[in-house]
Amino acid sequence: MSEFHRKIERNTIRFVLAIIFVASIGGIVEIAPLFTIKNTVEAAPDMRVYTPLELAGRNIYMREGCYACHSQMIRTLRDEVERYGPYSLAVESQYDHPMLWGSKRTGPDIARLGEKYSDAWHVAHLYNPRDVVPESVMPAYRWLLRNELKIDDLPGHLRAMRDVGVPYTDAMIENAAKDAFGQATPESDAAAGVTERYGAATHMRAFDGNAGRLTEMDALVAYLQILGKLTDAAQKTEQTKIGE
Amino acid sequence: MIARLTVAERQSALLILIVMSFLGLAMAVAGRGTPFGLHGFLVIAASIGVGIPLLRKFYAPEPNPAQFEQYYDDPTKVGIVLAMLWAIAGMFVGVWVAALLAWPDLTIDAAWASFGRLRPIHTSGVIFGFGGNALIATSFHVLQRTSRARLPDQLSPWFVLLGYNLFCIVAATGYMMGVTQSKEYAEPEWYADIWLVIVWVVYFLIYIRTLARRKEPHIYVANWYYMAFILVVAILHIVNNLAVPVSFGGFKSYSAFSGVQDAMTQWWYGHNAVAFFLTAGFLGMLYYYLPKRAGRPIFSYRLSIISFWGITFMYMWAGSHHLHYTALPQWVQTLGMTFSIVLLVPSWASAGNALATLNGAWHKVRDDATLRFMMVAAVFYGISTFEGSFMAIRAVNSLSHYTDWTVGHVHAGALGWVAMITFGSIYALVPWMWKRETMYSARLIEVHFWLALVGTVVYVFAMWNSGIIQGLMWRTYTDSGTLAYSFIDSLVAMHPYYIARAFGGLLFLLGAIVGTYNVLMTIRVAKRERAQSDGGTDVPSYGRDPVLQAGE
Amino acid sequence: MHDMVVAFSKSWGLFYLIALAVGVVIYAYWPANRAGFTRAKNSILDKDDRPWS
Repeated sequence: MSEFHRKIERNTIRFVLAIIFVASIGGIVEIAPLFTIKNTVEAAPDMRVYTPLELAGRNIYMREGCYACHSQMIRTLRDEVERYGPYSLAVESQYDHPMLWGSKRTGPDIARLGEKYSDAWHVAHLYNPRDVVPESVMPAYRWLLRNELKIDDLPGHLRAMRDVGVPYTDAMIENAAKDAFGQATPESDAAAGVTERYGAATHMRAFDGNAGRLTEMDALVAYLQILGKLTDAAQKTEQTKIGE
Repeated sequence: MIARLTVAERQSALLILIVMSFLGLAMAVAGRGTPFGLHGFLVIAASIGVGIPLLRKFYAPEPNPAQFEQYYDDPTKVGIVLAMLWAIAGMFVGVWVAALLAWPDLTIDAAWASFGRLRPIHTSGVIFGFGGNALIATSFHVLQRTSRARLPDQLSPWFVLLGYNLFCIVAATGYMMGVTQSKEYAEPEWYADIWLVIVWVVYFLIYIRTLARRKEPHIYVANWYYMAFILVVAILHIVNNLAVPVSFGGFKSYSAFSGVQDAMTQWWYGHNAVAFFLTAGFLGMLYYYLPKRAGRPIFSYRLSIISFWGITFMYMWAGSHHLHYTALPQWVQTLGMTFSIVLLVPSWASAGNALATLNGAWHKVRDDATLRFMMVAAVFYGISTFEGSFMAIRAVNSLSHYTDWTVGHVHAGALGWVAMITFGSIYALVPWMWKRETMYSARLIEVHFWLALVGTVVYVFAMWNSGIIQGLMWRTYTDSGTLAYSFIDSLVAMHPYYIARAFGGLLFLLGAIVGTYNVLMTIRVAKRERAQSDGGTDVPSYGRDPVLQAGE
Repeated sequence: MHDMVVAFSKSWGLFYLIALAVGVVIYAYWPANRAGFTRAKNSILDKDDRPWS
């Protein structure tokens, strides 16, 4: 009897192993080469990392579920390139943990939204989209102006990002909270360090129109204004892949 | 129910609850004033909520040993009720978010009530809350009956069912507070993910241990599908959710993957969540409850085996069809497209097998709404797998991707296939579990069936129309070679379809409410009947006359 | 290294698919398995009110 039992048990385990084996092949074969391959991601020496304020804004973008309705991936199709701009390159999201390519355009693609509209437009639009675009079905995000931005834990965020491969320096991590404040408060002493660490092209202004207060609106608008602007690789690359 | 646990099981349960309370306390302290801390309190509350009824019966005598001669169905019963309640909750939020797209101001000025935070409650609520509970409940039932063996113990199934629901509640409340990884259909954060892994390992062990005790030498094919569901979902869940938390006292984490690798990993997960959560598990249901209800064996057992291995092997390659024309290398896109098309073969083999089983029993389908639910589910399974393969073709995808067509496709599968097979299976299972000949009301099943079918058809047609119009408007050029429509033009054109979609969803929700009422009334009537006459043993309501006697 | 991985991915998947398909069909149609399958598909319709001891 025990012999019979053992056989059945072995049978079950064998069955389990067969399922795992058969099922894993596809994933391994498809995903593994993407990690070994060098030209999956183009080289872009000018690529910069998100500032702490932009990263905080990106987290708000995720928190509010914006990715459910806005894609950040312009496909290699003629009409998309004409509507939204040069098609997206892999390198442009190489510091995006996780990526926010999206899968649905209830609203338009925003991969190249940065600097397309003024800060004031964004603030008004996020406060109530229908004030700016009467036909819009986007939710109103009034609380972004009410909520103060939490910045004291930003060093931890940058450190975690470095752990997963984003090249933040020690100085960036150390000064993350100060830099977030400085970027949205250009008259303050904290501002100088931001351009020093993240480059002279960094947007330095009170994004929500009020320099006295650092709100979640500051962070989100700072993020929206950098979309597509971390590198100009897409503008420089010849767009050879356009189909249709 | 608690008195049916052995004294040792009650003690272990108490120990688990105490450990969980301490974990919850640690979370509450570490995450003071943040969503993480609130989730700590939620864990404590859940532990106490289960602990109080446990302590009330803690010193009850050892249960009658005769119960170990019978199957253990208490977790299945609770799981059925939970599945129906999650269906109402998830579908209610679904109707709400659908209405928000037609009338965006139909909400309050609060962050938790905005579209972006409600939508994952809808998706997780119906997929994991409704679908997951239905899978767990039915899998315990099918596993025992096809193995002719009782579950190995009485505590671990409760741990799986209640632990899984804790995961679902943590997920849903987290979204309202803005706790999300933003990975589609894998939104819960790292601590919920780790908890789910623990629950899942116990679930897997229940399966393995019961199969090891089986008295039937052959493992019935329904169990193959349930096994594939459990195993592959575990692999997908672990790989896709690899992340580094900012701290162990906060909810936020950063995904281990980025950019193009993350996109491939996420859609490898996303597509296979469809394959192994929403297809394999529910095919397990189909292969058991449909033959059982029809009183006829499955048309071709061999075909079911062939399609099992086909689905297990091929789905894994198909994920990249979500990334056509993106920055993903083209050879990966082509591979995904090819396998997606070949996938039609095992998918239609399954759908055809189900329908061929009913051939010769059409009179039953006509008279029995329960069986009709299952028949329609098989038809929608065939339709949506065909549509899926079609949409995976690059040229078609260039039109359909990013539009409502995708949403329509998903709902043809989710409403037409997943929900219909679940309702059919639940209507077959409930009288069986509560030892009655029939459901409380056959007419209400009929009402539910038509609400569900009309709701699905309205929904899917609305989304097909809006999706194709949207896709065409985006790519239409004027004679002078410029784009003919602004984005907002296409949005305005969607408005009537968004109203129709919300209406279709509302019908489906009403059906689910009717169904839940019917289930709860069946339970109530069954209890009253049992109080009147001292009920005997299990009454199998369906199936042919006994061929084999128990006990060999 | 990377070229090798890609070449493997592009070509061997196909062979693997065919091998697996052939294997599964042989298993499903192996004459000795026939009786087992027939028994299995009818087994769920048997009376199953309690576990077998």
